[in-house]
Amino acid sequence: MALLEVRDLAVKFATRGKTVHAVNGISFDLEAGQTLGIVGESGCGKSVSSLAMLGILPRPAGRVTGGSVRFDGTDLLGLSDAKLRDIRGNDLAMVFQDPMTSLNPVLTVGRQLTESLRSHLGMSKREARDEAVSLLDRVGINDARSRLRSYPHQFSGGMRQRVMIAMAISCRPKVLIADEPTTALDVTIQAQILDLLRGLVAAEGMALILITHDLGVVAGVCERTNVMYAGRFVETAPTGKLFADPKHPYTVGLLKSVPRLDARRKQRLSPIAGAPRDLTSAPTGCAFAPRCTYATPESWDQLPLLREIAPDHHVACWNPVPEADLVTAGLRPAARGEPA
Amino acid sequence: MLRYVAKRLLLLVPVLIGLSFLVFIFVRSLPGGPAIALLGERATEESVQAIERQLGLDQPLPVQYLRYARNLAGGNLGSSVLTRQPVSTELRQKFPATMELAIAAMLFAIGAGVPLGFVAAKRYQGVLDNASLVASLIGISFPVFFLALIMKYVFAVRLGWLPSIGRLDVTRSLAHPTGFYLLDAVLARDWDAFVDVLAHLLMPAIALGTIPLAIIARITRAATLDVLSEDYVRTARAKGLSGGVVNRRHVLRNALLPVVTVIGLQTGLLLTGAVLTETVFAWPGVGTWMLNAIRNRDYAVLQGGIVFFAFIVVLVNLVVDLSYALLNPRIRYR
Repeated sequence: MALLEVRDLAVKFATRGKTVHAVNGISFDLEAGQTLGIVGESGCGKSVSSLAMLGILPRPAGRVTGGSVRFDGTDLLGLSDAKLRDIRGNDLAMVFQDPMTSLNPVLTVGRQLTESLRSHLGMSKREARDEAVSLLDRVGINDARSRLRSYPHQFSGGMRQRVMIAMAISCRPKVLIADEPTTALDVTIQAQILDLLRGLVAAEGMALILITHDLGVVAGVCERTNVMYAGRFVETAPTGKLFADPKHPYTVGLLKSVPRLDARRKQRLSPIAGAPRDLTSAPTGCAFAPRCTYATPESWDQLPLLREIAPDHHVACWNPVPEADLVTAGLRPAARGEPA
Repeated sequence: MLRYVAKRLLLLVPVLIGLSFLVFIFVRSLPGGPAIALLGERATEESVQAIERQLGLDQPLPVQYLRYARNLAGGNLGSSVLTRQPVSTELRQKFPATMELAIAAMLFAIGAGVPLGFVAAKRYQGVLDNASLVASLIGISFPVFFLALIMKYVFAVRLGWLPSIGRLDVTRSLAHPTGFYLLDAVLARDWDAFVDVLAHLLMPAIALGTIPLAIIARITRAATLDVLSEDYVRTARAKGLSGGVVNRRHVLRNALLPVVTVIGLQTGLLLTGAVLTETVFAWPGVGTWMLNAIRNRDYAVLQGGIVFFAFIVVLVNLVVDLSYALLNPRIRYR
């Protein structure tokens, strides 16, 4: 049994008479210590699914409409609020996107760090302070003891994200969900934060779910990657395999839109045509069909389900991208000896 | 911080100078004058002139103002035409009554307004939210004196539950070293008097506190709604903190910041309202005192009272600004 088992999780939002089908049945397993990347563009349901797992969807608009989330054998969705609170922030912790707004501006960093230690682990004030100092040390904040008295606005963006991470790992969670942890930071800081996360996950044996729109981020961190589109997984594979042999046209599109250092000069980035699907109606066919060059009448009519097309590699597509097109797209080096 | 306080107090000087000038002009533009008020309408021309000469009112206005300003700078507010008492002495007698009423009204407004606004925000667009909206609109649009009269009629005249006028039952004697009767009762350990003072205070405080209550409830509600959608509240919930801790520590603390500012601004309104409330409940405070001064064209009392009110409003706002800095670490005064 996996540490975290998500089955057919579905989330809907009710807004002004419309229903947004934000997550339409996603399933995955996460083993202890495993790192999983969930990749997709804004609004595809990545963040919403993690909020649903933790039971902190914005209410009353958002609600889970189906599926199960089993953590260590217990179904989180069926738990009472009090029971779920014991797990949340304790065994299952989360780092959010924007460290500028995710920390409370009127409380000291020390107060915010120690409050989960005290409520979950029952530490005394002094114990919690000492633990907070060692947590700040561990995430690379110098002069930790005096920094506990500082307020969030006295930290830089990167430092605040380190504080957020320290808060999330404070109770030694078994699963850490990091939702776009580097998006709000500049590039050099991004690399530092990713290094930090990678190091912590390895040292603590935590499982990590890294949610991002940036394939470059998962490449260096995650063992497996699930690509998400319109509230569904469209391709799942070990990260190396996904990069080497992408099958879903959307994955290929994402890869083509990543800037590459080894690309020929003056070669333009190719964005994916069209806009993300409007999620206010229930999907019938493949949600990506309107933007897909490989779409056939079948794509419009019938929903493709994930199927295994190679060992451990699943794709939800009626017409996976052929080998030859990957070469022309520059995603696969041509056979050796030929000019690139 | 100390430098900031000093700077703010120094700023009081031009404010008070400007204000004293305006008040001086306004007071003298009232028709009639102290002499006619004293002697009645059928006074002879000579007797009016005699009184005016006596009071220095026959001098040109600039001369009068300079004399008044010189006295003011020396801390001398002049004397009442009617009672011949120094204005500062009368102020010392009347002000604690008004202060006690204003503090009680503000405590009522905050104590009821903040929870009401908070709960309304938590039940956004629910029955309670809409009910509190209607109630606050009624509260804001109700004239203070009218509410006071209705309350007096219902609770004092009809039901007889509460005393209708004054600060203390006339049959009761209480030494009042501070002038704050509640405090005086505590100092004298006279608990019967304490209850009696409280009973007298209840209706005037509620009447006076209703408008601030409604405003505070609305501001609290709006601020809470803003804060509830903040990322840091989501963070707090993701930590697995209990609902109460999230509400108190993370939501309310941030939502109260704008409320604190509003409390400062309400002080001025409260003092104005006190004039009306005191009249209805025969509360022997600054309000009734000033109202009489207007009737009698008692220039010195009016000038002294208004300048003193302004001083209090500025002072309260300074205190509010300072406490804002304590609540909000992003603000540091220098």
